[in-house]
Order: sequence, then structure tokens, then C-alpha cells
Amino acid sequence: MLKGKQSWLFPNHPVILSTGVSGGPFEANGYLAHDFDILHDDLWMGKDSYEQAHRLLLEEAAQTALQKSEVKPEDIQFFIAGDLINQITPTSFAARDLKIPYFGLFGACSTSMEGLALASFLINYQGATKILTGASSHNAAVEKQFRYPTEYGGQKPPTAQWTVTGAGVALVAANNNQPNLPYTTSATIGKVMDMGISDPFNMGGAMAPAAADTISAHFNDLGRDASYYDLIITGDLGKIGRETAIALLTNNGWDINPDKFKDCGLLLYKENQPVQSGGSGAGCSATVLYGHLLNEMKKGKYKKILLVATGALLSPLTVQQKETIPCIAHAVSIEINGG
Amino acid sequence: MANKKNKQKTPQQQQYEQLEKKFETKRPVLKNCIKAFFVGGLICTIGQVISYFYIYFFHFTEQTSGNPTSATVIFFSMLLTGFGIYDRLGQFAGAGSAVPVSGFGNSIISAAIEHRTEGFVLGVGGNIFKLAGSVILFGVFSAFVVALVKTIIMELGGL
Amino acid sequence: MLPMFFWAFVIGGIICVIGQLMFDVAKLTPAHTLSTLVVAGAILDGFGLYEPFADFAGAGATIPITSFGNALVHGAMQEAETHGLVGVLTGMFEVTSSGISAAIVFGFIGALLFKPKG
Repeated sequence: MLKGKQSWLFPNHPVILSTGVSGGPFEANGYLAHDFDILHDDLWMGKDSYEQAHRLLLEEAAQTALQKSEVKPEDIQFFIAGDLINQITPTSFAARDLKIPYFGLFGACSTSMEGLALASFLINYQGATKILTGASSHNAAVEKQFRYPTEYGGQKPPTAQWTVTGAGVALVAANNNQPNLPYTTSATIGKVMDMGISDPFNMGGAMAPAAADTISAHFNDLGRDASYYDLIITGDLGKIGRETAIALLTNNGWDINPDKFKDCGLLLYKENQPVQSGGSGAGCSATVLYGHLLNEMKKGKYKKILLVATGALLSPLTVQQKETIPCIAHAVSIEINGG
Repeated sequence: MANKKNKQKTPQQQQYEQLEKKFETKRPVLKNCIKAFFVGGLICTIGQVISYFYIYFFHFTEQTSGNPTSATVIFFSMLLTGFGIYDRLGQFAGAGSAVPVSGFGNSIISAAIEHRTEGFVLGVGGNIFKLAGSVILFGVFSAFVVALVKTIIMELGGL
Repeated sequence: MLPMFFWAFVIGGIICVIGQLMFDVAKLTPAHTLSTLVVAGAILDGFGLYEPFADFAGAGATIPITSFGNALVHGAMQEAETHGLVGVLTGMFEVTSSGISAAIVFGFIGALLFKPKG
């Protein structure tokens, strides 16, 4: 049901039956390597192009999610996913091979929660009984499209972020009281925010207002505040965006505990990995949520989390045309064992 | 081009810009300049060695040694680019590796290597000047204007 | 010979520092920075300043991209002296041909031999 201005409640608690998470060499050397189902040791993954490798990541994540629940593709009603590449071709080509009716999404790096929100709504209101949803990205394919050829000797400033090579896919289904499985309880759909930042190497700074706006809207719509959750975690604000978002929320009168306000992009990599301000990309929030965070929830570390995926809606062309960077953030709350 | 009116930031945006700047990691300008100085200087010194090599062993003069020296430097930048070393050098040295002619070579070679997956004609051929195109365009055009102006002045007044 | 190595190092380093300041302080992209430096080299040669600079600094002046602008003007002026205005167009690539040719040839060879590593 609609709650407040831009949020949904899911009283039937759509459950996340299983997930599949795939990653690349950088992720294999990071902190969360053990939470990945499949890891590759190079960016080509045996394929002829970065874009094909990108597609493989998503296909593997989807197949893993299906295998873990012993569900066949023909039993899934819809596949709701997206990525960062032009015309979301890696996702569309993966959908071709999965043969599941498909909604292609573009929310930049907020795609994962855009998909989870829509999937949860459809399941909750019996528009489907099983939905596959996810997001993915591939560092080299994204660099090639948005920035410079991968072997170019350009120098990234310390505000830049590292696009995650990885895919996270979840199988969402109607709740049948399965024990110890996480379920979604609400979602807040963000609106596009633009605070005039135009530096494509500082996306955290551009996205922070969108995250703060969606989180505030979530709290207002649902009558909650930060204390309701064991953890509020953004997709890829990175170091700068996270601190800015905390300041924005605090200035708006919300009491935010920095220890319980984290960022997926800051969890993935080790100190000695050259990722500047942290990880980013559509695959960032998807791989961290559908791997590490849900594992932690099943182990009992968190009972209620709010995942706020953030996206920067720019293109290489808009940067050349000296436009600013509009951003968006979508939030989904996930609980386990009665919350 | 974005409308000039739209470039004016609203008070809310200006306020946000101030807030965000407090958290924005500043670029380490001094450190970057020192690294650029040493790497750029080193590349030029290596170029000087190569230049003398051509002068003493191949009988080039100081004036004409520039051409084979540039070509040799670009050959080395092809190897460094192809073996995945130039991009790491670039992250470390910034302008120290981008400004020398080896950086020009790297910009062309990296684009060529990257777009091979789209085929040699459309991929490599169509994208090879993606980064270097501006340098070639502005180099040629500015040289054209300078030479034109200078020639006209010389023909009119005599310099 | 030895002083030449020193000046090549120092002058080359300084030109790169100018480029770095354009990156970090002026926040220009590499394309903007290098294009500006090339134009600067062309203008300096227009005033007859680049050749004495290169005599003094050796590779410190001929390796940075600024020398590309200088070489283009030089080629154009050489031809213009013998052939008049038309020489401005015909002469431009005579002096600088090796830089661009080498880059294109090695770019193609590189694409044949190498795969990007990300």
C-alpha cells in the first residue's frame, strides 16, 4: 500500500529466497571475498570483450540464485534488472538467455533497490509469485564508456571511486513462513535531486543530497527514525558522500549514529587497494547486499536494515555539454525473524 | 551548451556546495607537482640520452635528432601501454607522464588497443584519435594561424 | 654533454609541473591541458622563442608536447619562406611527421599485439 508521499509498505513480507553474487579480481582481493559465490581472476573471464564478461557476471549470479532455491527459470514470472552500459545491453542479453519476461531498468547505481522495490510490490500484491531482480557492473566496460580507455595514463583525483566488477541477483517470492530468511517490509522511491555538482570525478558529493532526501522522506512517510534500524547503509556514496549525507541529515534534525550509518562502497575493499574514495557502480550495492549483508542478517548480526542505493544520472555527453549531475536514491527496508 | 541562466546556482545549491567542500578530499597539489616534476624530468632525460645515441651512432645533428627520438620514445610508450604499465605510471605521475610525447603516444595506443573488440576498421580506426584528436586539431590549427599571421606580417612589412 | 642532461631534466620537469597545475588547480581535463600546451608551443615559436629554448634545454624542450606545436609552426614557416602563403599548409607536417606517424603506426601494431588489462 502507499504510505505517505512516496513509500510503499509490504505487509505480506515478500521473502528473499536465495541470492547469487559474482565478482572480479579486485573483489576477490577485498574484504568481502568470502561472501561472493563466484569470483573471477581476470576481467576478461574467458570472453572476447569486457561487455560480454559483464553479461557473464549477471548470468552466473542469476543461475546461482536459481540453483540455490532449486527453482527453474520457467517458474519465474519476471526478471527485473539493469546496469550502467549503454542501452543496458549486458542485462538485456542475459535476459534473452534466461527467457524470463523482462523489465529493463536504468537507475544508474540505484538500480538494485529500484528493482527490489518493484519486485517486492509485485510479489506483495500477487502480481507474481517469484521474481528475479538484480544489478551489475564491470569496471573496464564502465571506464571504457564513461571515462578513458583502460590503458590510458590518466590520473584520478582522490574524490574518484572504483566501479565494482560484480553482479548481485535475488530471487524474491511470496512469504510462506520460511524460517530465517530475510524479507522486505517497505520501500521509498526517490526523486531526482540536483545540487549543482558537475565534477564526474566526485560522484559521492553529487549523490549525497539524493540519499539524504530519500532517507528523510522514508522517515517522514513511515513515521520512523534512524533508531528503528540496526543499520542504514548507502550504495556507493563513498567516503565523501557518506560524511556529507550524515551532515545533511543531521542538519535536517535527524539523529544519525555514524557507527550505524555505513556505505557498501566502503566495505568491499582493503586499505591497500587503490580505490580512492571507495567502490561504486550498479553492482556495488547489489553484491554487498545480496552477499555480505544478508549473510550477516542470517547470522543474527542485524535484524532490520535500510539499504539506500544511490545513482548518478549523468552520461559522458552531459559532462561534455557542461551539465550538472542529477542523482537519485531508492531505499528498501529488509528485516528478518520478526525484526 | 547549457543555458547561461541555468549556470547560476540557487542559494540552496550554493549552500550545499559550501557544505560538501568541507568533506571533499583536497587534491594533494604539492605532492602531485613533485611527482610530475621527477617523472617528467626523467622521461625528458631519457629522451636526451636517446637523442645523443642517434647523434653519435647514426650521424643525426642536434636539429634533426628530434624526429627519431620522438619515434623511439613513442615505441617505448607502446610497450609500456601494452603491458599495462603506463596507466599505473599515469596515476602516480599525472602530468609527468601525460605531457611528454610518450603521453601522446599512450593516448593513441591505449585507444587503439581498447577498441579492438569492435573490429579494426570501425573500432580501432574509428576511435584511435579519441583522446589525441584535440591535441592534433589545436596543434595544427594554431600553427596554421601563427604561421599565416607571421607570413603575412613578413610579406607586408618585412621583419 | 652533462649540463644538457641536467637542463633536460629540470626544464622537462617544470613543463610537466605546469601541466600538473593545470590538472589540479585549474581542474582542466588532460585533453584541455595538452591542447593548451601545444598551442603555447606554437605561439612561442611564432615569436621565435622556442628554438633558443630548445638549444638550451635539449630534450627538456623537445620531448614535452609543447614541441609539437613548435614543430608544426617551424615546418609551416620553412615552406612559406620558399613557397609563400601556400607553404603554410604544405609545410606543416614536414618537420613533425615522425611523432604522429610513429603514434599511429605503433597504435595499430599495439592493437594487433596487445589486449587491454583494465
